[in-house]
Amino acid sequence: MSARIVLLLPEVLGTYGDAGNAAVLAARLRWRGIDAHVHTVGWDDAVPEGGDVYVLGGGEDAAQMLAVERLRGSAGLRRALDRGAPTLAVCAGLQILGRAFTVADGTWVPGLGMLDVETTPGRGARRIGDVTADPLLDGLDELLVGFENHGGVTTLGADAAPLARVRGAGAGNGTGDRIEGAVGGRGGSIVGTYFHGPVLARNPALADLLLTRALGTLPPLEVPEGLPSSTARRLGARFRGLNAAVRRRAGA
Amino acid sequence: MPTVNPSARTIGGVIPRLPARARLAVAAARSVSGLARRTGRNGSVIGGRVATVLDRRVLGRLAAGRTVVLVTGTNGKTTTTSMIARALGGDAAERSSTGTGGDGDVATNHLGANMPDGITTALLDAPGTRLAVMEVDESYLGEVAAATDPAVIVLLNFSRDQLDRVGEVRTVARRVGDAVAAHPRARVVAFADDVLCAGAGLRSASPLWVSSPSSWTGDAGVCPRCDGPVTHAGLRWTCGSCGLERPPGNWALVRDDAGWSVRGPDGVEVPLELALPGHANRLNAAFAIAVATELGVAPAVAAARLRGLEQVGGRYRTVTRPGGTTRLLLAKNPAGWAQVLDLLDEGPGRPVVVAVNSREADGRDVSWLWDVPFERLAGHPVVVAGERAAELSVRLAYAGLPHRLADDAVAATRDTVGPVDLVGNYTAFHDAARVLT
Repeated sequence: MSARIVLLLPEVLGTYGDAGNAAVLAARLRWRGIDAHVHTVGWDDAVPEGGDVYVLGGGEDAAQMLAVERLRGSAGLRRALDRGAPTLAVCAGLQILGRAFTVADGTWVPGLGMLDVETTPGRGARRIGDVTADPLLDGLDELLVGFENHGGVTTLGADAAPLARVRGAGAGNGTGDRIEGAVGGRGGSIVGTYFHGPVLARNPALADLLLTRALGTLPPLEVPEGLPSSTARRLGARFRGLNAAVRRRAGA
Repeated sequence: MPTVNPSARTIGGVIPRLPARARLAVAAARSVSGLARRTGRNGSVIGGRVATVLDRRVLGRLAAGRTVVLVTGTNGKTTTTSMIARALGGDAAERSSTGTGGDGDVATNHLGANMPDGITTALLDAPGTRLAVMEVDESYLGEVAAATDPAVIVLLNFSRDQLDRVGEVRTVARRVGDAVAAHPRARVVAFADDVLCAGAGLRSASPLWVSSPSSWTGDAGVCPRCDGPVTHAGLRWTCGSCGLERPPGNWALVRDDAGWSVRGPDGVEVPLELALPGHANRLNAAFAIAVATELGVAPAVAAARLRGLEQVGGRYRTVTRPGGTTRLLLAKNPAGWAQVLDLLDEGPGRPVVVAVNSREADGRDVSWLWDVPFERLAGHPVVVAGERAAELSVRLAYAGLPHRLADDAVAATRDTVGPVDLVGNYTAFHDAARVLT
């Protein structure tokens, strides 16, 4: 059976190239000999509850408000998140999954409540630019890189953990404490971030972490032929695997 | 839909004499422009900047008495501006020495200097023309329209472009709509198939609509009037909340056995015989013919004037090199790439060199590469270059495209035999054009 990467509402949550995250996940399975496809959920489509990984991207304020209303009544998405399906939520996607967000014009909008975060409009300029961050997730060794471009400030509640800590001039969630992203949901299955790029294209180890959570230990990845050697190296997986992380925690 | 706007103005009028302060500003600005150009700068904005410092109302004064056409949108501004100038009788031959100035009877800004200083410079360089056709950066339409009292405002399309620099496209389109609403005397000519463009055009009481198939439907999911969800069926689009839908086109591209033609009001139909390639240029030509007709030029005359246009500021230009030819193409965002991919689909599977930079003028963020269906380059040998070649290479790898990396885009074309296309985003294109032309 084909692995299913569910891409949610790219017409409204696809402003910043984040649909690429779904393409990356599917390709990295196929490069391991695992059949995979992207299941795109359009405006009029039902959200399937049996997807392997769920992906939400960024969008503009009006689009984000449409998206949250559209997803609020989705039994499929709720069941998937309740069972702990691995989920990547970027920017507006992260805000939507939270408890609530307030958009720039002051409108307070309840979120889907799947992630213990709340977002308010930031003061001053949008946070825009290239960022690097030290990951705080088990199994990720290398710096996370991405491009942030958002106005909101996202505060983590007790049931959410930071994804990473930004370096240099990076803003991350905009809370002033260098925290970037949020990890929460059942068993930490939801990974939220402000990083565009798309984040999984620039951080293949994070892609493999999500895939490992969904499908277990992955076969080795075979990079396609005909690529420059430097690119082939970038595509190589660097996620050590959950087992390695567990072994490390156990002191093995 | 009326075909003649009762408020539309005919070409002509008397150009008033400038007040003393403006005359001083103009003299000083011309002197600075001349100096800049003699010392090898392109001088497309400095004159306007100097003149504006000396007289901050100089743009309005220089535009007074002229029939002004303003062209804005995300993609196709430079090419459509050049086409409109030609269709109106301007000799739009490339003026590589200055890139600005009067084409006989039409003032226009050829080099893409489309902010107020550039437009002021172009008017300074073309004193006495009765017509001025100017491309305007989307963010400056309000300011330029307020100064120049345009007879026609052309809205080409609105899509995501340099989100880190320009901001969200809905905001840009809304401000353009505000500028349209502030100029009820201007005839608005807008693209009906583009949701955001139609939303801005509808702020005018009687816009003229241009329609044509297009392969880009991004940034079109949210209603510009009520923020409801917009759905698409072929070219048609409809808002599920307020019922806003695609306006019927007054001017449309049509295709029959004889080829492409432009169909207008009152049974007008003129065949298109363009030297410029691709569907995007057919659409640009439809705009040019619509605008020229609005200003009193016979559609067949306007269409005939477009035939000789072979390149615009290096875009679409083909240069000969040892062992073959190189065609230069500009694509700086996903919608622009959709047009270039359409164009490449019309020809054989030539080698393609793709160059991407991320300087200030390009936008620093290259995430947009993932909104381009590069999968459609399958069948073309592909070379990747530019300052962000590494990210582009990763994108193409996920698109399943074998390719190689090159340090330099122009050098890569020289390593190829036969015809090759070089596609660059803004600064990558201009870097290559400077070397090749």
